[in-house]
Amino acid sequence: MSESVPGPAPEVFAPHEAPVSPPQASEEVEFVQLLTPEGERVEHPDYKFDLDDETIKGFYRDMVLVRRIDSEATALQRQGELGLWASLLGQEAAQIGSGRALNKKDMVFPTYREHGVAFCQGVNPLNLLGLFRGVDQGAWDPKDNNFHLYTIVIGAQTLHATGYAMGQQRDHAIGDAENGEATIAYFGDGASSQGDVNEAFIWASVFNAPVVFFCQNNQWAISEPIDRQTRIPLYQRAAGFGFPGIRVDGNDVLATYAVTQQALKRAREGSGPTLIEAYTYRMGAHTTSDDPTKYRLNEDLEHWKLKDPIERVHAYLSRHAGVDHDFFDEIDAEGDKIAAELRAGCLALPDPVLTDFFQNVYVEETPQLAEQRDQFVAYAASFEGEG
Amino acid sequence: MTKITLGKAINAGLRAAMEKDPKVIVMGEDIGKLGGVFRVTEGLQKDFGEDRVIDTPLAESGIIGTAVGLALRGYRPVCEIQFDGFVFPAYDQIINQVAKMHYRSMGKIRMPIVIRIPYGGGIGAVEHHSESPETLFAHVPGLKVISCGDPVDAYWMIQQAITSDDPIVFFEPKRRYHEKAELDESTPPSLPLHKAKVVREGTDATLLCYGPMVKTCLQAAEAAVEDGRNLEVVDLRTIAPFDLATIFASVKKTRRAVVVHEAPYSFGPGSEIAARVTEECFYHLEAPVLRVTGYDTPYPPSRMEDDYLPDLDRVLDGVDRVMGY
Repeated sequence: MSESVPGPAPEVFAPHEAPVSPPQASEEVEFVQLLTPEGERVEHPDYKFDLDDETIKGFYRDMVLVRRIDSEATALQRQGELGLWASLLGQEAAQIGSGRALNKKDMVFPTYREHGVAFCQGVNPLNLLGLFRGVDQGAWDPKDNNFHLYTIVIGAQTLHATGYAMGQQRDHAIGDAENGEATIAYFGDGASSQGDVNEAFIWASVFNAPVVFFCQNNQWAISEPIDRQTRIPLYQRAAGFGFPGIRVDGNDVLATYAVTQQALKRAREGSGPTLIEAYTYRMGAHTTSDDPTKYRLNEDLEHWKLKDPIERVHAYLSRHAGVDHDFFDEIDAEGDKIAAELRAGCLALPDPVLTDFFQNVYVEETPQLAEQRDQFVAYAASFEGEG
Repeated sequence: MTKITLGKAINAGLRAAMEKDPKVIVMGEDIGKLGGVFRVTEGLQKDFGEDRVIDTPLAESGIIGTAVGLALRGYRPVCEIQFDGFVFPAYDQIINQVAKMHYRSMGKIRMPIVIRIPYGGGIGAVEHHSESPETLFAHVPGLKVISCGDPVDAYWMIQQAITSDDPIVFFEPKRRYHEKAELDESTPPSLPLHKAKVVREGTDATLLCYGPMVKTCLQAAEAAVEDGRNLEVVDLRTIAPFDLATIFASVKKTRRAVVVHEAPYSFGPGSEIAARVTEECFYHLEAPVLRVTGYDTPYPPSRMEDDYLPDLDRVLDGVDRVMGY
């Protein structure tokens, strides 16, 4: 306790003065790491990765393939075949580690950048392109792969996930760490400022919903750095809502897997929500429309390149698991094959017809809309036969 | 048959829907033990439990956003927004998520959500408690918007809304919660959900109204008899979509129409009706379609609301004007 000395009142903090303490959000506070950027396994007292090297080889394959899918999509955008693409470059470990921790019955609510999680859930990568090509707004059935449609309005899906988890509760689908169900909500550091995300935290907390909030803190919300969203590390916010928060090295696929698996188990057994902050870095632009050279330094990028999520697994497998070049070459070749198929599939996507889209506004179409559709059909037909 | 208030009729309708379908859940602020600030959900939590009658945290976006998730899981949430002016924190979820989910999923996802909103003025409330924002929902593709004008409709329409696979915003005329009518629960509803009904037949002009204005218009029509005028009154019941067939039939018969609503004048439901009636009934009209509505101001402090809201005299003034052409 400090000595009480009579004297002038403490100075009132004025807005123009320096903050009391510098922002902590972007500093690398302690996180869970099980594989160093150099490819060395390290232990953590609370989190273990005890699966074999075959599993790690599988993670490696997943990450390389989704990076290849991602780079092909970026190329397609550059060539005018997609209107936009939101690259996951740099976030492969966060997505594959968490995605592979999911059980078949768990439900995923993604943002628009979760191409890696979609891959884990078995969503055809071609289906992801439709939204960005402008032929649909989500072509897959969420029930087929327990993977909800991409959500563009940031943070909105965290409430959907929480509501879905409340449904799992009401269906008595929880209570067992292995066979129970959980829901995972993906969002980013920018979305953490949204009211919806904070409301989702409150709902999940007070209803003890089986939901894992998986925040990929990639340091950037388009041009805004993380310290415009928060003064404390994001995972620490969970404490204020009354559930555990943990920061994991989001570029470490083993740690991300271990941490997510534990949080999912916790949810499935009925112990409630967890916030995971996967500390990573957006290596590319926000989307293909963005220009990061206007707001961030190249040297930051160089710094993060040394922490590449794929390189460290490559190093581990080469040095410690006796994996040779053939393995890596085969996966690269597989990636090229998938990319070629993706490209061909993208170019072959049929152009949509507006007539088809009238019918999906309502389950039970209104007479007004039917009338408008008929007018459109007649109008469009009036051009038939014209050159 | 017993007489029942409009508020109790909705309560009975909710109860009937919950008994029929275990997937129906009710959620909102203060709806559990308290039974809602208007007691519309009274007794439901006691009988159906806290899992199906959920007292939510006080955040409207959270109510609708979690309802989306529950609907994705196969539930049929009925959300209560405590007052009209409090719906706007949920507006993003309603407009961007609830309304569009079926469309953007190409029909794979349905959003059978009912959003109940006690609305309108006339109860001497403080600001944000007396508004009529129906246009802001009726304008949005993917939503359906309805309002009941009497207890019998209230009982059946809430149940029909709950069975609808499209999302429905259900505007409840809060100042009519205590209006009473005979309700025979064993007689099935006479109309499907998206049909208007002629509540008073007449020949000289048509009053088109819904929600709290139905009673006002019926009173005005009775008063007009003294002036030798025989007015038809149509309770629209459904705003999005309008039942245009019933509207057109009535206006073609009477050749004059006055739309009455509490919502502001410009860009309101009356504007859309005027446009559609003009398109469809142009050669039948003896006068332009007129509107008797709230003014284009924010809802005023309640000491002035009697001047702001359409009442019997203003409706008759509108009738005088439409007859004057």
